[in-house]
Amino acid sequence: MGAKGSTMQLLKSYILPRVAQWAVVIFIGVTLTFLIPRFSPVNPVDDMIGRMTAFQTIDPQAVVAMRATMEDLYGLDGSLLEQYSNFWGRLLQGDLGPSFQNFPTPVNEIIAAGLPWTVGLLTTTIILGWLLGIFAGSLVGYNQHRRWAQTLERIVIVVYPTPYLIIALVLLVIFAFYWPVFPMTGGAQGTPALTWAYISSILRFGFLPGISLVIGGFAFRFIIAKALSTTEIASDYVQYAELAAVPKRRIVMSYVIRNTMLPHVNDLALSLGSMFEGALIVEAMFGYPGLGSKLFTAISNADYNIIMGIVLLSIVGIATGSLIVDLLYPVFDPRVRLR
Amino acid sequence: MLTTLRDLLRFSLSFRFGLLILLLVAAAVLTSFFAPFPPERRREVPRKFRGDPPSAQYVLGTTALGQDVFWMTVTGIRNTLVIAGIAVLVGRGIGVMLGMISGYLGGTADRIIQSVVESVIVIPRLPLLILIAVILAGELTFVTLGLLIGLLDWAYPSKRYRAQVLSLREREFTHTAIFSGMSTVKIVLQEHLPFITPFLLADVVSGFVFSIGIEVTLSYLGLNDLNELSLGTQIYWANEWSSLFAGKPWVMIAPVVSSIVVAVGFYLVSIGISEYLDPRKRLLRLQTPVEDGDAAATTKKAT
Repeated sequence: MGAKGSTMQLLKSYILPRVAQWAVVIFIGVTLTFLIPRFSPVNPVDDMIGRMTAFQTIDPQAVVAMRATMEDLYGLDGSLLEQYSNFWGRLLQGDLGPSFQNFPTPVNEIIAAGLPWTVGLLTTTIILGWLLGIFAGSLVGYNQHRRWAQTLERIVIVVYPTPYLIIALVLLVIFAFYWPVFPMTGGAQGTPALTWAYISSILRFGFLPGISLVIGGFAFRFIIAKALSTTEIASDYVQYAELAAVPKRRIVMSYVIRNTMLPHVNDLALSLGSMFEGALIVEAMFGYPGLGSKLFTAISNADYNIIMGIVLLSIVGIATGSLIVDLLYPVFDPRVRLR
Repeated sequence: MLTTLRDLLRFSLSFRFGLLILLLVAAAVLTSFFAPFPPERRREVPRKFRGDPPSAQYVLGTTALGQDVFWMTVTGIRNTLVIAGIAVLVGRGIGVMLGMISGYLGGTADRIIQSVVESVIVIPRLPLLILIAVILAGELTFVTLGLLIGLLDWAYPSKRYRAQVLSLREREFTHTAIFSGMSTVKIVLQEHLPFITPFLLADVVSGFVFSIGIEVTLSYLGLNDLNELSLGTQIYWANEWSSLFAGKPWVMIAPVVSSIVVAVGFYLVSIGISEYLDPRKRLLRLQTPVEDGDAAATTKKAT
């Protein structure tokens, strides 16, 4: 079979089904988001406008505009099917309506302002946590009976079930409140520029939120890596390598980790969602200027459109992120590539 | 059942620790029923003791509003477990049903269900939960919150049950049962359910870990019945009253530490059970003490 034939084969047997799955995810996610307000016992539009106007005076023009977008996004006018097609229509145009709190700023603008922060924080921490977790988990799996390995494993066992919120809270209290080595809230200091002062402030402000996410991602990956490498070191080739006096470091680094890598790549796509959820919480906790704190303010102000926008964006974003990871998978796995 | 428990206690260090923690948690839950006054009510502690650090009389201290942190925390643990329990019941219920239906039907139905399940796994749950919770804001009670969490937590478990069913379906004894004229319902209930139950148990326990985390998170965002006590609402109020800035960290520490301890307890038990179910580990357990290997390591630690 020529190179061209195998590419076609790959396209048909792997890429297309995966892209179809991506479309199904987005379809189901958007449909759920559409249906949820409509099955709620309260009429969200009346309830919202009631809540909004109860506490503050709002420009009447804003109320009218609010009602219009809300009627489309959650509204109960027209048949369900009509509402559904309107909903998609708005989405495909990328129109999520205005923010209520900061009327008439479009939700898009608010989300776009937060997005780079979240994407930056999330990509760095996902990669760091993933690599560190694989590395440490495999080492511990190989050196199970060593004291340091057992200590590390016990620490991870306590950290793993702890929710991101609590990890972030504990770090915040220790390293920003009682021992203030890091700033408590914010994303950076000074005017955005390519100066060392600004970039170092990004690192300083991002450190605690970042570390919270790395710890969470690390613990999850560690446990999987340890389990995989424990199975792997029972293989004959590891025993032969040991008998042949291959350096231990080389056994772990070049053989065990390499041979257990595929499930980790595969898993990465599935763990994007939980890391993203962690990022939302951690950002809210630290007042980091990403989507998380936007969501947090939106919740306390009942700013529906922003919440809806972030929900939809996260569904599309996570689905696309895991699609990309899955499409990269053949690069790592020749069995898929050359089938 | 008893031998299983004995084996678990003997061979799994994590199970032993986990069970110990869960027994403590159970004790806390029992204690909560003996609160001398409704612990969420304010001004119950005499004025001169309000906002005091832990002391002999008030073991975990008091809040400035006159609540006793000890009674708040034990009640909070109980209510968090109620929410998580409802969530686990609903989530695993849907998961088991869907997994079994998918596994037994096979063919096109299986493919459609699996495609939906795979998609639901990818969809991030927290944002959806937040959306629903915001819409229901005024209406949220422990029961509705538990239901909500459960309604979004069935995809992973259902995959596992499907895999179990698929393997059970091909076993020798299933064929024997079919050929000897046993009805399908009977095969499922009498022959297959006993195999699925242990997995269900492990799953229920680990489901608690997830649900407790989500409860704490949603409550921190203010998306729970804030007039009632749970570990999450306690953290919410401790934060809202800025207990740390006011120099009353014990108000915050009690629920934070409790939620870690409860989650870790459930997690340890779930590790113990899944280790027990792991066929490779089971082989190690059956072998008489070898010098190397896990079983030996655990027995050594036990003595």
